[in-house]
Amino acid sequence: MRWLLLKDLQILRRSPLQLALLVIYPIVIALLVGFAMTRDSEQTKVALYNAMPASEPLGFGGEEVDGNEIRDQLCERVECLEADSTGQARNMVESGEATAAVILPEDTGDRIRSLASLNPDPPVIQIIVNGSDTVENQVTDDQIEAMLGEANLLLAKRLSEGAKEYLDLILQGGSFEFFGQEIEVLGLQKSEQILKKIEPKVPAGTDRQELERAIRFAGLATDNLDLAGPLLTAISEPIRADKVEVGDEAPSLDTFAIGVTVAFALMFMTVLLVAGSMALEREENAFTRLTAGLVSRLQILMAKVGLGTVVGFCISLILLVGLGLFVGIEWGRAPYWLLALVFGAAAFAAAGSALGAAAREIRAATLAAVMICLPVALLSLIPDDAVGPAIETAINLGSAIFPFRPTLDAITGGLEVSGSGIWLSLLHLTLLTGAYGALARLALRRF
Amino acid sequence: MDAQLPGKSPALAARGVSKSFDGRQALGGVDFEVGPGEVVALIGPNGAGKTTLLSILAGISEPDSGEVEGEGVAWVPQQAALYRRLSVRENLILFARLQHDAGQTSEKPEAMVARMLELTGLGDRADDRVGTLSGGNQQRVNIAIGLMAGPSVLLLDEPSVGLDPAQRERLWTFILGLVAAGTALAFSTHDIQEAERYAERIVVVAEGERIFNGTADELRRAVESGRPDDLESSFLSYLRSRGH
Repeated sequence: MRWLLLKDLQILRRSPLQLALLVIYPIVIALLVGFAMTRDSEQTKVALYNAMPASEPLGFGGEEVDGNEIRDQLCERVECLEADSTGQARNMVESGEATAAVILPEDTGDRIRSLASLNPDPPVIQIIVNGSDTVENQVTDDQIEAMLGEANLLLAKRLSEGAKEYLDLILQGGSFEFFGQEIEVLGLQKSEQILKKIEPKVPAGTDRQELERAIRFAGLATDNLDLAGPLLTAISEPIRADKVEVGDEAPSLDTFAIGVTVAFALMFMTVLLVAGSMALEREENAFTRLTAGLVSRLQILMAKVGLGTVVGFCISLILLVGLGLFVGIEWGRAPYWLLALVFGAAAFAAAGSALGAAAREIRAATLAAVMICLPVALLSLIPDDAVGPAIETAINLGSAIFPFRPTLDAITGGLEVSGSGIWLSLLHLTLLTGAYGALARLALRRF
Repeated sequence: MDAQLPGKSPALAARGVSKSFDGRQALGGVDFEVGPGEVVALIGPNGAGKTTLLSILAGISEPDSGEVEGEGVAWVPQQAALYRRLSVRENLILFARLQHDAGQTSEKPEAMVARMLELTGLGDRADDRVGTLSGGNQQRVNIAIGLMAGPSVLLLDEPSVGLDPAQRERLWTFILGLVAAGTALAFSTHDIQEAERYAERIVVVAEGERIFNGTADELRRAVESGRPDDLESSFLSYLRSRGH
């Protein structure tokens, strides 16, 4: 078997293009993915034209809202590009310099102030988007909704705080400024206390009864308005999220990205290499000669799986170490992720052998490898909850009978401590290696 | 017509060999034998069962019925069974190592390779890739691999197919050199002239049955209307007279 493996490695060495691909591919992928993972994601660019007067105060209900504060809130999730006019903002969107434009009209301040009056007139912000890109439209809509959500939350909090201050003033009394004049407010609590002090001095009769009614009202109003404060606070942010994670600990996004990259590279290089190498035995007419008393079909199969395991492991190791230069990889867990690479490579090699033995021609084997690997791997990445139960079952079944998903799980489990660990995935890969090996052996009967 | 080997025990013999593929009979009770140092040509129309018979004689496929007796049989497939990306030496050393490990020979692989390079006369091209060799030279390497273990019988499946006359001539010089050293030879061919020129005995197979076994002259005499100087006409007439 060692001579067959040596022969396959010699043949591999004789194909400069294939050899270059095997060496360069993981390095290039590691560089691309590494740069992509370490570079900050580019924020959506939004043109912002603020037509509000610069020095206009936005106080309402005793609370001050700074215009810059609203701007900062709007620009928290996007990169804002200042525009000098509505026209310029529109041009920036049309030229593609900005994905969208947000116009804060001149009356925004008045309308914000009106929110604390008896006749609230909510401010309307003008949004300009470029509608020529379907995907970008959706992204922009989401970004703008998030922007407005942030701004609305800020205003709602300030409004409720302002309203609560008014309530406190009515309840406990105090002073506030109105058109430059200091106005003293007695407050319901003090009113009740004063009235209670006066009550014994008022002779029994109609006046006393009226006074008792006023005292009861003051007490009742005080008790009930006490509840209004927390209510207003709650209204400003009615729902709060308290996230609790159950089930196995999911790997971090970085680890998942590394796992997907390595598993994809391992899958394509190993399956294509082994499927092609197996089909080559028939195309070179060597299979019959080899099996005419020199080696058994099983030995040929084992040599191919060995070839795929060795080459696949080396490629994925180069890739993983390359990625490790960009993002943090826990080198102390190397024994685990090395095991994951070996088991994954062996399973893909067995699958490649089965494909090559079934296809019998290099072209057909290559085509079959691409047509099977790509969709199955992509389907494996679809989250369970993103599809209906029937499709979910079909996807899970497809993922379970192909080595991509268990390889991905083993690599991410090897890179990070996760709930079920990598042992189940390694067992899964071992079973798949055996199953695909048996299929390949069966296909070799009519090779 | 059925010639027997006079006074010689065959180096390779098949008795009543039958083989079917998917219900279609490829061979139906065929007898075949090759004496020591003898050269036998196996001829017949396409699909007659020549390759099937050779593969059964070589032990590559099992007959449905019948038996094969013979040791030290080497088989050389019709198309060169070589790795074209490897050099002549790398191909030879690979099969030499495999034959050595399989116990077919005790000779050291490196010694076998040196011997075969000398035998084929390809020593100066030992490090050239097989894919760069001419068809004739590829076939020489192909045959050399079959000869490595020093077989007593060599089975060649259409050895000169696709070669030009000069390449064919050189190939047969090489093959007859082996025969002169005592190796028995059975080869299949569509070239009747090649069969007459190099074979001592001709076996005609048609539709899975052996219909003639004898010399070229005996084949001519078996056809009354055949021209005595044209074996191909005699062969065709013989096939027609037997309903093929």
